[in-house]
Amino acid sequence: MSHISSLSAHGMQKLARNPVLIATFMALSLAGCASKKGLPNNANELGLGANGVNGANATPGSSQDFTVNVGDRIFFDTDSTQIRADAQQTLDRQAQWLAKYPNYKITVEGHADERGTREYNLALGARRANATRDYLVSRGVPAARLKTISYGKERPVATCDDISCWSQNRRAVTVLGGAGS
Amino acid sequence: MKSMIIRTLFMMGALFALAANPAHAKIELNINKGNVTPLPIAITDFLAKDAIGKQISDVVAADLKRSGLFAPIDSKAFIEKITNPSAVPRFEDWRTINAQALVTGQVVKEADGRLRAEFRLWDTVAGQQMMGQQYFTQPENYRRVAHIIADAIYEKITGEKGYFDTRVVFVAESGPKNARKRQLAIMDQDGYNVRSITNSNDIVLTPRFSPNHQEITYMSFEGNQPRVYLLQLETGQREVVGNFPGMTFSPRFSPDGQRVIMSLEEGGNANIFTMDLRSRTTTRLTSTAAIDTSPSYSPDGKRVTFESDRGGSQQIYVMNSDGSGQSRISHGDGSYSTPVWSPRGDLIAFTKQAGGKFSIGVMKPDGSGERILTTNFHNEGPTWAPNGRVIMFFRQNAGEAGPRLYSIDLSGYNEQQIPTPAFASDPAWSPLLD
Repeated sequence: MSHISSLSAHGMQKLARNPVLIATFMALSLAGCASKKGLPNNANELGLGANGVNGANATPGSSQDFTVNVGDRIFFDTDSTQIRADAQQTLDRQAQWLAKYPNYKITVEGHADERGTREYNLALGARRANATRDYLVSRGVPAARLKTISYGKERPVATCDDISCWSQNRRAVTVLGGAGS
Repeated sequence: MKSMIIRTLFMMGALFALAANPAHAKIELNINKGNVTPLPIAITDFLAKDAIGKQISDVVAADLKRSGLFAPIDSKAFIEKITNPSAVPRFEDWRTINAQALVTGQVVKEADGRLRAEFRLWDTVAGQQMMGQQYFTQPENYRRVAHIIADAIYEKITGEKGYFDTRVVFVAESGPKNARKRQLAIMDQDGYNVRSITNSNDIVLTPRFSPNHQEITYMSFEGNQPRVYLLQLETGQREVVGNFPGMTFSPRFSPDGQRVIMSLEEGGNANIFTMDLRSRTTTRLTSTAAIDTSPSYSPDGKRVTFESDRGGSQQIYVMNSDGSGQSRISHGDGSYSTPVWSPRGDLIAFTKQAGGKFSIGVMKPDGSGERILTTNFHNEGPTWAPNGRVIMFFRQNAGEAGPRLYSIDLSGYNEQQIPTPAFASDPAWSPLLD
């Protein structure tokens, strides 16, 4: 049926991956390993393998240094915007690093898992991004350096249909440079 | 952008009544009884010099069958062979095969290249013609003529407006879940004539038709600025709706098409605003430290239903269209979201989350009479057919890589998947095209 083939051909175009995305994918694989919640290390499932990522080799002050040695993301409980104790440690490290390298502008991306409706999750992601920004500001990061953006549930990093993935998708990611307002 | 879009007013001739003199027909189909026994109907191939006749009558039969209210009879059972679609058929031959209604027709190519499609609907029990009409159109529009004929038959027999000559705008999703590409696409309600209306790597979400089905309002992440846009289908022209400081999302038109209602996110809170499309003035309707979103007008424009978590979890609220009189209407277990007011005004459809499952349901605007139509791993985002009889939504089954579109009758019966070329979400049904 011609009406079908034209659209799917269109849709098969590959997304160009930008460096920011690749950096966050690498960081995810580490977060999966280090998790205290017993999450499966599903980096390989996700096709995001940790090949070649070695924190010791990262140039200090580089975005690789930030994502690998500091940790670029924090995770949230279901439907929650509260910054957990483990997340506070990550954000404290982020604030110290950002104080050391004051030239970076930062975008905090808020994300939700897929167990909610689309519109609500856009707003929930915004709440998480704002809570994260507020925490960083409280730790001395100038507000003028920070922007936020919500992607709702539209950009999951873990793709399985159970809690091991949903808990990785409920996140706020601190991106050096990046999008947002 | 190619002008793939709606061609207005292709119907060149008006429709003519063909010697219609329906005394009162005997066929009755009470569609408000819950699970209806479909009406057996014989739809004969429309006579034509080429395949176009059968193509049109096949579309008519498929529409009526998909509604769940009609059971087209296999043509192998037919006794009488129709050779003159205007002649009175041998009703007894049709009663013998249990056809309560009969459709005959023909398609003629006019000298100017247009098609003339005509049909007659016969009541085999009363032994009389119920209606007869003819339409002129360009050959490439044959499916629309078929949908219009199916609507005419549906309305004549059920007493309610049809919904076949309509389109659906939706989000076409392709690529892996963690690198999904989303485009807006439009198709006929039966899944045919799909064409994309955006093509970029920006995330696009929640498209909604204007009441005259010439415009779409939707949300795009273009330039990493998530905002509400307007898109003119005929020209492809786009514009941002309003000049707001934060993310705008979840847009929908007012019933008169003069306003867009949407959410604005500021500092982690979302409130509901309208923008008047003529004066460009914006009006705030809610003011809470909560997430207020998914606004949808009642068909008379006097009230708005929306979801809010101001009480702790997502619930459905109703307010007057000036923002006054906000009150919660959902009170069952679980959380409720994406309320959409029925075009008839009598019901609000919603997504409900409870016990780890997602349901599509309906309730009255005062919150009474809640009824769940379907429950699954993930159902979301209901939209109403213009006659308020059928609801479309999207579903993702556990373990599947993406969502698909489904429709279900208001009775909770006749759930069907709508064929789409790729994964699909966020359907919005157009009004009747006319």
